[in-house]
Amino acid sequence: MTAPHVGRPVTGAAAERFAAGTGRFLDDLGSGAAAAAFVRSPHGHARVLRIDLADAERVPGLIAVFTYRDLTGGAREPLPVLIPHPSLHSPRTGLPLADDVVRHVGEPVVMVVAVDRYVAEDVCRLIRVDYEPLPAVIGIPAARRADHLVHPGVAGNVAARMMQENGDARAAVAAAPHRLTLRLGVERSAAMPMECRGVYARPDRDDRSLRVYSATQAAASLRFALAAILDLPADRVEVVAPDVGGGFGVKLVHPWPEEVLVPWAALRLGREVKWVEDRAEHIAAASHERGQQHEVEVGFDGDGQVRGLVVSFWHDTGAYTPYGIIVPLVTSTQLPGPYRLGAYRVEFRSLYTNTAIVTPYRGAGRPQGAFVMERTLDAIARFLGADRAEVRRRNMIRPSEMPYDQGLTFQDGRPLVYDSGDYPALLDTALTRSGWHDFATRREREPDKRLGIGIACYVEGTGMGPYEGARVQVDTGGHVTVTVGLTTQGQGHGTVFAQIAADELGVAPRDVTVVCGDTRRFPYAAGTFASRSAVVGGNAVALAARKVRDKALRVAARALDVPPDELSLADGAVVANDRAIPLATVAVLANPLRYAFDHRTRQATQFAPDADPDQPPLDADDAPGLDATAFFSPIRSTVSAGVHVAVVEIDPDTAEIALRNYVVVHDCGRPINPAVVEGQIRGGVAQGIGGALYERIAYGDDGRLRTGSLADLLLPTAHDVPEITIDHLVTPSPLNPLGVKGVGEGGVVPVMAAIASAVEDAEGIVLDRMPITPAELWELRQKHRG
Amino acid sequence: MSEHEIELSVNGRRQVVRVPARRLLSDCLRHDLAFTSTHVGCEQGTCGACTVLVDGAPMRSCLLPAVTVDGCEITTAEGCRAPDGGLGRVQRALVRCQGVQCGFCTPGMVVSIVAFLRECPRPSPEQARDAVAGVLCRCTGYQDLVAAVLHAARPDGGASG
Ligand code: FES
Ligand code: FES
Repeated sequence: MTAPHVGRPVTGAAAERFAAGTGRFLDDLGSGAAAAAFVRSPHGHARVLRIDLADAERVPGLIAVFTYRDLTGGAREPLPVLIPHPSLHSPRTGLPLADDVVRHVGEPVVMVVAVDRYVAEDVCRLIRVDYEPLPAVIGIPAARRADHLVHPGVAGNVAARMMQENGDARAAVAAAPHRLTLRLGVERSAAMPMECRGVYARPDRDDRSLRVYSATQAAASLRFALAAILDLPADRVEVVAPDVGGGFGVKLVHPWPEEVLVPWAALRLGREVKWVEDRAEHIAAASHERGQQHEVEVGFDGDGQVRGLVVSFWHDTGAYTPYGIIVPLVTSTQLPGPYRLGAYRVEFRSLYTNTAIVTPYRGAGRPQGAFVMERTLDAIARFLGADRAEVRRRNMIRPSEMPYDQGLTFQDGRPLVYDSGDYPALLDTALTRSGWHDFATRREREPDKRLGIGIACYVEGTGMGPYEGARVQVDTGGHVTVTVGLTTQGQGHGTVFAQIAADELGVAPRDVTVVCGDTRRFPYAAGTFASRSAVVGGNAVALAARKVRDKALRVAARALDVPPDELSLADGAVVANDRAIPLATVAVLANPLRYAFDHRTRQATQFAPDADPDQPPLDADDAPGLDATAFFSPIRSTVSAGVHVAVVEIDPDTAEIALRNYVVVHDCGRPINPAVVEGQIRGGVAQGIGGALYERIAYGDDGRLRTGSLADLLLPTAHDVPEITIDHLVTPSPLNPLGVKGVGEGGVVPVMAAIASAVEDAEGIVLDRMPITPAELWELRQKHRG
Repeated sequence: MSEHEIELSVNGRRQVVRVPARRLLSDCLRHDLAFTSTHVGCEQGTCGACTVLVDGAPMRSCLLPAVTVDGCEITTAEGCRAPDGGLGRVQRALVRCQGVQCGFCTPGMVVSIVAFLRECPRPSPEQARDAVAGVLCRCTGYQDLVAAVLHAARPDGGASG
């Protein structure tokens, strides 16, 4: 019997292709296709008065120019509100091409199709659009003041208002021995995958079908959306996600305007059209996140135990709400973290502004929630003169209280129930691993350095439904193919799904090929988001592989004439006590054939010696082949958790903030591949560091984007991210057969909070908003002194 | 737009191509010559995904018009394989150390590390970090990339262990 592959740091085949330079990303496809480019709004808010195409139309190599007036059918309609919600009382979405008003910089106004991108961009430059600038609403304070409206008829710029309460929080705060009020804020940043967006459409006139390649996180969902919008039968639309160079949420939005327009133009022109976004477009026209302002009132006792928490916050949702209220809803429900709050009331307003849309970015609203909760606990500790870690411990939900119901409705519409976890153990391990208790000594040992230590805890609802599916096939060569509807953008799905199937079928992971994100191969999926793929997809793979295993045993039992329960699968074969049949042979025997086309299939024809002439070749309830499909649909989300400790060193003169140590202790249930898990955590922490110290998308009051390139919008480099120490604790989830919980996003969630705590500790200055740059910290020092 | 015939040696093979004066080396490599490992992440010279070796030195191919490298030797990630056609030692080290997630920054990393190790065959951990600091990676958090540089630099060429 081979050792299990689940739990081992197996490496995958995709990594070898990428390292060899033979990846197939969106722009590597469709070399003969016409190129699209877009004229985009340079204004935050403006009326489109006139579009002059006269000069543009003379450029050799131009194929077509389209404005809103040229669009037809569903391409003329506003883009869908993908996730409606009863609290979203004023949903608004943009048109694929703006008609009379543009509402953020980067909004597409004209589409150009030309022989190549150079020509398409030349044409864009020759198109003159006259605008009448309108007052832009930039930032939460301006949106709240509502001197101007982003959308006529949306009073106060409020897209949605929602309240949830567990207990009577206001009364609990009022009755508590101590009370504090805090105002906290987080600014805008964005996912910024290294590959920008891209779409490539191939119409096939002969069979009236359309194939769309998109750098998407939701191929199956995009297919259904495109079929609906372009009014095509779904079975005439194929969507394929090729290799995708990172997503982190931004590639979950679908359809993007460009995802409608490129296929629409391809159908209209009867030729292949491709659009590959450049970085300037991506920063302006793709989505952002994080911008929120919170007001907190907390009541607590002398031990630091929270008795009641009342939070009101304002969420900047940008110009439109295609994703509804997911981000603030997640913030509001994940804010309590691993704590028992006595009573909790949260109310938010989602506000329109004249900026790019806001949709989930890795962590999806949780980093803001963790920032608010953890800042609050630090404030309590400061007020009481207590140890910050100790205050957290006193508020933590105990393992004996699991499963723990927070009394809130989560983003999937289900009750927010924590399935399992040992939060005090996570905390203890993090304190030990980080030298928390010896930090004072360390500080004394390095007196010339300005050091600070910070801590932050989080939970993450992961692995939500509705479902994912998988098909597992064993071919007559014994090779296993796992096909899922999920896409992958670097999360190692190919590796972890291969490990799961390999264990179920007794083969090696390298004998398993995993196919992701191709609706021709597997049409049903929700998508890769919310740390759900290993949980929902992984369990679907396990269930499908178990069906295949059962069939393999059944077929082999008949061939060997022994009961199935005396058989097992190992080393690529079905094994009885003294005999073994290769899985390849079982696959042949599982498919009664009419035709023999090679030496293997000869033994499976109806004329094979062991065929029973009195039985139908295929049982009534059976299907040919070692081939099974299964779906996994969880009741509710699993809940991962973790504790981060950051040690910073700050330059006393320049206020430069450097991370000295970073410790992560986390629990994602049973890890399928520890190396993949750690890679996800490290990447998440790095993005969190970016959000805490470097990344900020800034608009001028006129709505112009001030950070339009990666020279202004700073992403962390190798010099900005320290070594990260990771420890795993495991409480298996009772909610799924594999006992796993998600880990894709957790790494990012508490980073801002941990770093804020550490900077505060080093400087003795209270931090109430992130990110914090050296210049801002320097200013704070001056203010603090004065 | 004036067109020019240029001659490049890409990964040791002579290539003759006609390009407009403004054609970027990145586009020339990717679209004219099908060396698609040269990725474009910004066209602003900041991300490093498009890094290739020009006469052995790492350069941002998105900042170079192809005509300016007429007659030069270009190395892309496709050209960093081992002589037997398998993965080269830097490529192997990246795979082994989990330095590859989405794979988009990977070719730029490969050529940067190859060039770096030529200059600095036995790097310290700090130097290994410098080796990857010119290319942005949004997935890995860099630690596994640093490990890969150190692994590739081992005396046995990262062949074992
Ligand atoms: S594409 Fe050349 S540096 Fe980013
Ligand atoms: S592996 Fe995705 S950007 Fe580096």
